[in-house]
Amino acid sequence: MSRAMQELLEEKGVITAEQVRARMEQYDHDFPYRGARVIAHAWVDASFKEKLIRDGKAACAEFGLDIEADKLIAVENTPQVHNVVVCTLCSCYPRALLGMPPTWYKSENYRRRVVREPRAVLKEFGTLIPDEVTVRVHDSNADMRYVVVPMRPAGTEGWSEEQLAAIITRDALVGVTVPKPVLRGA
Amino acid sequence: MDGKFKVGQPVRVKASYPPGHRRTPFYIRGKRGEIERICGAFPNPEELAYGFDGEPKRVLYRVRFPQKHVWPDYRGPERDLIEMEIYEHWLEPA
Repeated sequence: MSRAMQELLEEKGVITAEQVRARMEQYDHDFPYRGARVIAHAWVDASFKEKLIRDGKAACAEFGLDIEADKLIAVENTPQVHNVVVCTLCSCYPRALLGMPPTWYKSENYRRRVVREPRAVLKEFGTLIPDEVTVRVHDSNADMRYVVVPMRPAGTEGWSEEQLAAIITRDALVGVTVPKPVLRGA
Repeated sequence: MDGKFKVGQPVRVKASYPPGHRRTPFYIRGKRGEIERICGAFPNPEELAYGFDGEPKRVLYRVRFPQKHVWPDYRGPERDLIEMEIYEHWLEPA
């Protein structure tokens, strides 16, 4: 749909492919993936994590990140609850924190299915959630933006924030995967 | 701005199908849930979409629904949940 629109606008000479590319590069530059640093800090600082869950925007500001107009809701994974985020209406995403959304996040397949059969979709991402854990799906359908606070995996005791940040992937902050305790470059 | 509904209160999403830009997904219309939190008051997106100023602001809630209620053929445990944001004018007490 957006592709068809872009092609039409290009055909009519309203925009050029070059302008679109430059704009996307500018966006990537302005809003890189910064979620990992915030979550790594929350893992090592319990009071920061508590603040992040109470008021995501204020906690990010304290961390030096302006997440713009977004109201950010941080939802915490626990041994009892696994959270996963979707926007069924379009592709709402905490862009200022996580950058541009991945293609699958915008796909009809993901948007249609993760609300209806979240456990099957998570399994396709390699994430098996036991039946005794509640799966909590968040449809990001209006003004809030969401980030999942994954559980810090066992085996990461004594890691630096940088080492922790390296295993906190974008997918884990949407909730389709969970961080693995594997040191990068090790 | 205080809302009409309190956290934990049972509510029903109106089973209403007006034309135009709506942020209430079709699949949740007519379903019962409970207020999970009150997000605050925001310019009405149904007005903003057409270039109006979105005033008066509307109170936005997060509402929590049991998956088994939303999808009667849901394949997963009873405890699974789905939550989303619903504007006050789309909610009625249940």
